[in-house]
Amino acid sequence: MNLGLSDEQQFLRDAAADAFSRVKTVEAAREAIEDDSALPDMWPTAAEAGWLGLLVSEENGGAGLGAYDAMLIAQEAGKVLAGVPLLGALPASMLLDMGGSDKTEAVAAGELKASWLPACPPSSIEPRWTVEPVEGMARPDAPAATVDGDTVTFNGTVGWAPDAGEAELLVVIGADSDGNPVAAAVEANASGVTVHAGWRYDATRRLATVTLDGASGAKLDLDAEQIARAWYLVQALIAAESVGTMETALQVCLDYAKERYTFGRAIGSYQAVKHGIVEILRRLENSKSLCIYTGFAFSDKPGEIAYAASCARSVAGAGLDFTARQQIAVHGGIGATWEHDAPLTFRRAQLNRRLVGGHGMSTDRVADELLNGRGPVVSVG
Amino acid sequence: MDLNDTPEQAEYRQEVRAWLDANKAAAPILQGEGALTDPDEILVAHRAWQGKLAEAGLAGATWPKEYGGQGIGPVESVVISQEMQQAGVPGILDVIGVGMLGPTIIAHGTEEQKQRYLGPMLHGDEIWCQMFSEPAAGSDLAAVQTRAKHNDDGTWTLNGQKVWTTNAQFASYGLLLARTNPDIPKHKGMTMFIVPMDAKGVTVRGLRQISGEAEFNEVFFDDVVIDADSVVGGEENGWGTGLTTLMFERLTIGLGSSSFGYRATRFAEAIMADPVAANDHEVRHNFGELAAELEAIRWTGYRSISALQDGQIPGPEFGLAKVTTVNCAVRAGDLIADIVGPEALDEDSEWAYMISFLPGLKSAGGTEEILRNTIGERVLGLPPEPRLDKGIPFSELRAKEKEGASA
Repeated sequence: MNLGLSDEQQFLRDAAADAFSRVKTVEAAREAIEDDSALPDMWPTAAEAGWLGLLVSEENGGAGLGAYDAMLIAQEAGKVLAGVPLLGALPASMLLDMGGSDKTEAVAAGELKASWLPACPPSSIEPRWTVEPVEGMARPDAPAATVDGDTVTFNGTVGWAPDAGEAELLVVIGADSDGNPVAAAVEANASGVTVHAGWRYDATRRLATVTLDGASGAKLDLDAEQIARAWYLVQALIAAESVGTMETALQVCLDYAKERYTFGRAIGSYQAVKHGIVEILRRLENSKSLCIYTGFAFSDKPGEIAYAASCARSVAGAGLDFTARQQIAVHGGIGATWEHDAPLTFRRAQLNRRLVGGHGMSTDRVADELLNGRGPVVSVG
Repeated sequence: MDLNDTPEQAEYRQEVRAWLDANKAAAPILQGEGALTDPDEILVAHRAWQGKLAEAGLAGATWPKEYGGQGIGPVESVVISQEMQQAGVPGILDVIGVGMLGPTIIAHGTEEQKQRYLGPMLHGDEIWCQMFSEPAAGSDLAAVQTRAKHNDDGTWTLNGQKVWTTNAQFASYGLLLARTNPDIPKHKGMTMFIVPMDAKGVTVRGLRQISGEAEFNEVFFDDVVIDADSVVGGEENGWGTGLTTLMFERLTIGLGSSSFGYRATRFAEAIMADPVAANDHEVRHNFGELAAELEAIRWTGYRSISALQDGQIPGPEFGLAKVTTVNCAVRAGDLIADIVGPEALDEDSEWAYMISFLPGLKSAGGTEEILRNTIGERVLGLPPEPRLDKGIPFSELRAKEKEGASA
């Protein structure tokens, strides 16, 4: 049994940390709340580092690496709240590559920005492909898809798609009249495509609501399981990113709890404070274990991808939620002000909680998989 | 990332599996269909099974060869428990003796003690119990008051009470932590003893728990005289000796049963059986949350094994696994009983025992609060709470406590 990182994975992780250290990401996260232009464009960073082709097969000009490798980069991004377009670009490149798109090489090389519009696979209580609602609780159907040979035409709206505002190529998932998923690559400037880009609350997340009104694109040759994989990849990436954010917050809390004194002693000596910080650690370690499981599922147990990635997002999502509030509590009043970075963690956690299904949908998916007999197959040796 | 055995481990696993295949028919059935119910029968059968495992080198396998073990590493011992679980056979009867007390005697005992006690312990011929905790010494274990006084002929006389003593009702010996010098600070004035449980003045009384069963005991000592050579690890070194036991306790609990059999898939079956529950948003949300955390614990277990294999000590995830497991199982018990209704609390329901057992398990082997303190201090380096007992002779401390309680 060996769950440690390989030399290549350590290199990949260190290179990511190094790339982010050259951009003042945390400062940018704060300044961008007031000044949109303060957020650095991280697409070139991702292109230079080769991340845009990370999940693309080598024959299509990519690195041919796996989900766990991508999660290591997401974890580093999460540590410093870097607004790098992994959530849109990585699933897009994966689907283009698997679906045989002739655009794959340009995307992998960073010459063409591609982004995925989130579509959630059916579950037993929501037995249809759905997308993020622009407003409210009801999840709309995935855009209606009409297939004509190699061309697919879509009608519908997808809310809150990460990174789609900057993309030149959109990987759209729709459902045909039988409810089966259909994927296609649609040019962002194609007729019938309207993109409303912006951000909400966490300025490092670029989000877009995309309306497709008879917009057409080139069909990707993908089955339902492959299309679903993009959803779970993004759940895994958000989980890994959350792990990184929790790691930083834990360290910040520890430093403060050791140096801040009240009633003659360090606040970290009080059990009320100590136990809250240990709770961050508990949730963090559980999240790390599930990220390892998710990486393993992607590489070795494809039948468990949905379950593993949903477990990871569920625990890491709730973990980040808790951590963001606990970090503020440990720091007292100052933790709720712009004098501190804690509000940036909080903003990240608040938006994350509602992004790409929110971690609540992953929690439901964990139950769905288990209650339909699709839990883990445990065998040892 | 690789969950597979090394070639050496795979070979060892094959050996263990082959032995179990050939011998599992001799294993007693302790759970489920056809399980033994008579406590005496269970004891005889389980004891015999331990003897068979010991002869095959599958009990106390991490012990050094000179004391009857195989000298194998912790990863191989995990292989043994995995294979036993897979084969559906119980492990040894005396987990406490072989897993914790034997290793303590190996580390601190005299050669005579090792020769006399280890063999019968390993084979299940003599069962052992751990007599550390007392009514007023649990989280603060160094507050033990059971008193051992040195007699002129070199023997010792014991007076006091122990509690939470698993297996005391049929144990031959116990390892006991007693105060031998109350006039020095509390961690310094203790000594570890081997006590024959059939000695005059030893009384064992079952302590019934919520379920109605008595899995633990209270043990009383009234002028019990024990031999001069029953000291383990030297006089007034009881705390150091006890720390070794506690270290093995953590390892035994951690590696042996990181999830205590509380698996999400098992809970899923109960929920699936009720179609309304299976489609209820709140039930699903509750279940999804606890199932995902339990899944994390399975992988935390793999991480620990991976670390051990690399020669590292498992990290903080290891210590917190118990907190997660117990709290998730508590939630699962509540959820399932909410779905099933009062019938889930009937004695013959598979959930009633779990529901009754868990409140106690929360404190067993260290309360959740003590675990969080320990991890906060030892792993995260947070400062401890100020203590009021440092450097004060135990007798003075007790006098202050009495004064405070009566004020």
